[in-house]
Amino acid sequence: MQSLTAADFDAIAARHPHLLQPSFWSRFTAPIILASAILYLVFCSWLFSVGTVMSSANWGIAGSYLAEWVSYEERPTIAIRDDGTMKVDFPRFDPIGPNPNPDWLQAKRETVTRTITTPATTAQPDAAPASSFSFMAPADPTSATAATAASTQTVTEDVLTHALVQMNPEASIEIAPPSVTVVHGDETLSISLGADSVKAGSALPTWATQRAPGEKIVLSFGFSGWAEVRSDAVIVHKRYLGWAGFFFDIDSPFFGKSWSQIASLLWSGERLDPAQSNLSLAIDNILYNPSWQHLDVWTKLFQTIVMAFVGTLFAMIVAFPLSFIAARNITQNRPINQLTKRFFDFLRSVDMLIWALFFTRAFGPGPLAGISAIFFTDTGTLGKLYAEALENIDDKQREGVKSVGAPPMAVQRFGVLPQVLPVFASQALYFWESNTRSATIIGAVGAGGIGLKLWEAMRTHTNWENVAYMVLLLLIVVFIFDAISNALRSRLIGKRGH
Amino acid sequence: MRTSLSHAPLGERGAQIEAHWQVLARSRRFYTILSLGILFVALSGSLWFANDSNSGKFFDRLPHVFDFVEDLVPRDATEIWRAMFNLPSPYYDGSLKYEYVEGRHYVTESLYIPEYFYKMAETLNIALASTIIGFFFGAILSFLAARNMVKSPWLRGPVRRFMEVLRAFPEVVLAGFFLAILSLGPIPAMIAVSIHTIGALGKLFFEVIENADMRPDEGLKAVGASWIERVWFAIVPQVMPNFVSYFLLRLEINVRASTIIGAVGGGGIGEQLRLSISRGHEAKTLAIVLLLLITIIAVDQFSAWLRRKLVGDQAFQAVV
Repeated sequence: MQSLTAADFDAIAARHPHLLQPSFWSRFTAPIILASAILYLVFCSWLFSVGTVMSSANWGIAGSYLAEWVSYEERPTIAIRDDGTMKVDFPRFDPIGPNPNPDWLQAKRETVTRTITTPATTAQPDAAPASSFSFMAPADPTSATAATAASTQTVTEDVLTHALVQMNPEASIEIAPPSVTVVHGDETLSISLGADSVKAGSALPTWATQRAPGEKIVLSFGFSGWAEVRSDAVIVHKRYLGWAGFFFDIDSPFFGKSWSQIASLLWSGERLDPAQSNLSLAIDNILYNPSWQHLDVWTKLFQTIVMAFVGTLFAMIVAFPLSFIAARNITQNRPINQLTKRFFDFLRSVDMLIWALFFTRAFGPGPLAGISAIFFTDTGTLGKLYAEALENIDDKQREGVKSVGAPPMAVQRFGVLPQVLPVFASQALYFWESNTRSATIIGAVGAGGIGLKLWEAMRTHTNWENVAYMVLLLLIVVFIFDAISNALRSRLIGKRGH
Repeated sequence: MRTSLSHAPLGERGAQIEAHWQVLARSRRFYTILSLGILFVALSGSLWFANDSNSGKFFDRLPHVFDFVEDLVPRDATEIWRAMFNLPSPYYDGSLKYEYVEGRHYVTESLYIPEYFYKMAETLNIALASTIIGFFFGAILSFLAARNMVKSPWLRGPVRRFMEVLRAFPEVVLAGFFLAILSLGPIPAMIAVSIHTIGALGKLFFEVIENADMRPDEGLKAVGASWIERVWFAIVPQVMPNFVSYFLLRLEINVRASTIIGAVGGGGIGEQLRLSISRGHEAKTLAIVLLLLITIIAVDQFSAWLRRKLVGDQAFQAVV
């Protein structure tokens, strides 16, 4: 073999330039396709006006929604009255529980006797509050102004005059009406509260926002939460990592107890509810936990699994005989082959969504609709794949069985089935696994399963932790099924696939 | 299949083998029956559970299953065409049911795109754009996940796990989450479908790359090519036909997926279909179903034709 020197090569190149010049198309295929893809995406972003949607999107909310997947908030409202006293209120279902006394909220408590105006007298809204700070015993006989008009009454109550909310070690909000001092790292912002307006003492730092002068100021502390300063209240959202009340809700007698306390209660404690043992009470409390609804979530998840399982299994059972009719080499009758194949195409092309919507009307919302939708779609898909697998079989085996005079059924059983059965089963397994995912989606249109529950949890925009819980369960189920189906498939067809 | 051959008596060795074979056959039969039994029990349990937790019971509803067909019969057959092409209906009585004209999208003074064609195009665009995005990112990730391109398991492993999570993450949650941030429109659907596509295509792609012939790669390595040059000149030309074939396969799937996502709030034809079925507008429903059927068949046929051209019959081998 002769070797080509550089000079020879150049000489050849000079003589036959077209040999070494690739065609225009083969040179520029990649850039042309890339450019047209980019042009198309630009067109799409114009069509869907991606720019305006993205810029009008509330990305701040996105962060807080994402944070809610793995965290919860305690939300005290510190109401500030006209006289400068304050009252701390937690919402009724706040995860902090029924008797809140958090150590991050330090307050100076005072007992005050004061006259409040009942709402009935609206004639003089600016009536003097006439509060008298009393540092003495609450029942001061001299202040018993029993002779006042029916519209006012005197009460003695515990109020706060000064509160310090520690958001995180570096940030705190100090509320001493009429001023609020916020410390955030080494920055300090003082806010003064007017009768109907909120004014910052200095220019607002980046972590504080105010939409218009005088309106509420929103303070953001990153993951530790955020707070709203209004003229009549400070609303604190203090965020914690974790899922609140995952096992026991605040209504449960086990709420707020440590694991060892719960264990000793279960083992040898007094009955909390005379009607049942502590163990059954605990199980009951967990299953019917009102904010997590464990039993309902598990039932719905199980429905989704059942939908995929039954739908795929029935589809396999029906597609199996039909595919023998559709296969050209098994049933030698072209019109019947074509008819069966078009029937498969029809089942497949009427989307799973359409079947799901129809069967939701026919059977009512629930897993039966989902099963039917998966069954109809997958009969088409599996039938098509099975027919293709049958048409690709090795004919020698079949002819061998036929040549010894076996009846037609025996030819199929011993000549065809051993070749295709592993492929059939493996495809059914693959669809079982992928249908677990599809079943979630069609569930959202009412065809049963966890889809609808997920969709409802998302629609409120407040239950992201429940969404996270269900997604986690779904991911676990999908991964387990993926593993089972992969293991079974590689046993069925050997390690040759992929 | 009994044979009528007369048996010669077996020798000692033969009898041993026969006994062993019988034991094997018996245990095999036992396992077959056992697994069929388990399957049967699981199936009947599942069916009972599904029926029990459904809002209508199977046998109560069975006589009424085809009631919805009655709801699907329009006043006359041409109504379907009017609904599809936004032509005024003779039955128009002010109700939404026979209101077809409203949905026209005027391009010029007199030329308009019928509403459902417009919505169908929107769904197709969602599917195509998200398949392109998924193809692009899936291809990049797949080269980082392939064993023959990246030696370090510390990069390969996380990339693979990441793609698995993208693939398994329910699309409906992605759509719902972005719907909450971006408000209604096709973009949440596009993001949801894209993310799923990245994971799904990435997995198929890295399996193709791992089966690629490594000799061109070695040649390039010998002359000192960088990693990107090796990928671009040695691997990409080999795998491109398969990549494009999977791209087309995914496009078929994504047309369906974006219809479904549309039905749960992502806009497009899916939403129209859900609305018209739930409102009982039979002519509109049939028009949409017909349009969807034609589109899906057309997309499937087109992609099958192109795939056959690209990779030949190999594209139609069973995916196992």
